[in-house]
Amino acid sequence: MINIYEVNETNKMIEKENLDVRTITMGISLLDCCDSDLKICNEKIYQKIYESAKDLVKTGEAISREFGIPIVNKRISVTPIALVGGSCCKTPEDFVSIAKTLDKVAGDVGVNILGGYSALVAKGMTRADELLIRSIPQALSQTSRICSSVSVGSTKTGINMDAVKLMGEIVKETAELTKDEDSVGCTKLVVLCNPPDDNPFMAGAFHGVTEADRIINVGVSGPGVVKTALEKVRGENFEVLCETIKKTAFKVTRVGQLVAKEASRLLDVPFGIVDLSLAPTPAVGDSVADILCEIGLEHAGAPGTTAALALLNDQVKKGGIMASSYVGGLSGAFIPVSEDQGMIDAVNAGALTLEKLEAMTCVCSVGLDMIAIPGKTKATTISGIIADEMAIGMINQKTTAVRVMPVVGKDVGDVAQYGGLFGYAPIMPVNEFSCDAFVNRGGRIPAPVHSFKN
Amino acid sequence: MKKTIITVVGKDTVGIIARVCTYLANNQINILDISQTIVSGYFNMMMVVDTNQCTKDFGSICEELDQAGQEIGVAIKCQKEEIFDSMHRI
Repeated sequence: MINIYEVNETNKMIEKENLDVRTITMGISLLDCCDSDLKICNEKIYQKIYESAKDLVKTGEAISREFGIPIVNKRISVTPIALVGGSCCKTPEDFVSIAKTLDKVAGDVGVNILGGYSALVAKGMTRADELLIRSIPQALSQTSRICSSVSVGSTKTGINMDAVKLMGEIVKETAELTKDEDSVGCTKLVVLCNPPDDNPFMAGAFHGVTEADRIINVGVSGPGVVKTALEKVRGENFEVLCETIKKTAFKVTRVGQLVAKEASRLLDVPFGIVDLSLAPTPAVGDSVADILCEIGLEHAGAPGTTAALALLNDQVKKGGIMASSYVGGLSGAFIPVSEDQGMIDAVNAGALTLEKLEAMTCVCSVGLDMIAIPGKTKATTISGIIADEMAIGMINQKTTAVRVMPVVGKDVGDVAQYGGLFGYAPIMPVNEFSCDAFVNRGGRIPAPVHSFKN
Repeated sequence: MKKTIITVVGKDTVGIIARVCTYLANNQINILDISQTIVSGYFNMMMVVDTNQCTKDFGSICEELDQAGQEIGVAIKCQKEEIFDSMHRI
């Protein structure tokens, strides 16, 4: 039987070390909502989501109460809207009307974010894909709960450089339309390479076409728990360090698995995956950068950071995989800047640069995330940053992403404020040398060779 | 039978166990196991209980125990056993 020490350990993780279930995300297929009439399509979308998710928040709260563990977010991901609206949307404004429907239904069922205002254009863009992408700035400035993602590359197809170029412009336009709130629209827009179909984390969540009609995916978190566990093995060798991370990740993931199974049972929706990520928040003690410091760095960004992050990411996966029957999503350590107090401190101390972050994305679970850059940054420069990041994902067969905010009217030395889970971000300098001629070439970068791995 | 774990943490004082047990008895909640320690003056108790005979829903039990805890200056938490089983048993 469970003993008092085990009970105390679990409750200490929850109460003192910020262990929580970061999100229960219900994936909902909207493929059966397609219609040639925009109005009917909108109505079908509202009905399908409302009927599927009306009990999601209530159920999440009940589970939270039963197990005494916070479940921070209840969210929804849907089929990429470019596919759903393809037959009825003739203009970007038509797509915006779907965004507004999604925003309304998200509010009505009580979820804080809905993801899937997305297009998958890794190899080429359909007319509908392009219309959706061009509607993103309007959609994000006129809604509050919608997240958008665009996949512009993959290991199998290469990189769609036309889409990369376009996304640089779209990020800038989104920043401009939301300039009154420090270009907050860009915090809800992510450009992806190799995105998973079952990711429960925003802003990149969408319900892929390989998925069932409805599915429950759960994202766990617990950087604080790993940090505290590592405090007890200071000075020990890497074997001890790695074992400690693995064991901790196992325990954290087991909670996610339990919550996912329970949510699936209560909602009568199949269990999809547990995403075993270390997802930081701006709260003190909930930082991935602090784990890197505990591993032995003065600040995130110091030499050794990439190696430390690589081992952390790998041990989290190793520990978590045995703890869950199905692991998926992004699974690993997230390294957003604005959402992680330790990262913010590292930037302010001058230890962490955009270039080092790029190197870190080769071994972390996603990519350049929640990075505020000067508002004057050119669209082509943003496209260049996106192209670099997509190339890392394509060649290394991993998910990579770019979520940068060119904050209008602000420059290096200023701070962008977003509040809540999104936190705040010091504006980071960007290499200003031109890549115009590169970005403007147009076309595609071919898929990479899958052998000769050097 | 699904079990529930009740934990009580706080400054030690007279009548903590009595108060909790009275509540449980009044609500048909059977105590299966109790372990208790005092760590540097702090009272730390874990109870394994069976709530199957209790007519109240789980949320109400949690709230009322929490309320009782506040009255005597301790923190009382009530959780389904599965979370601990999941985390500590393979």
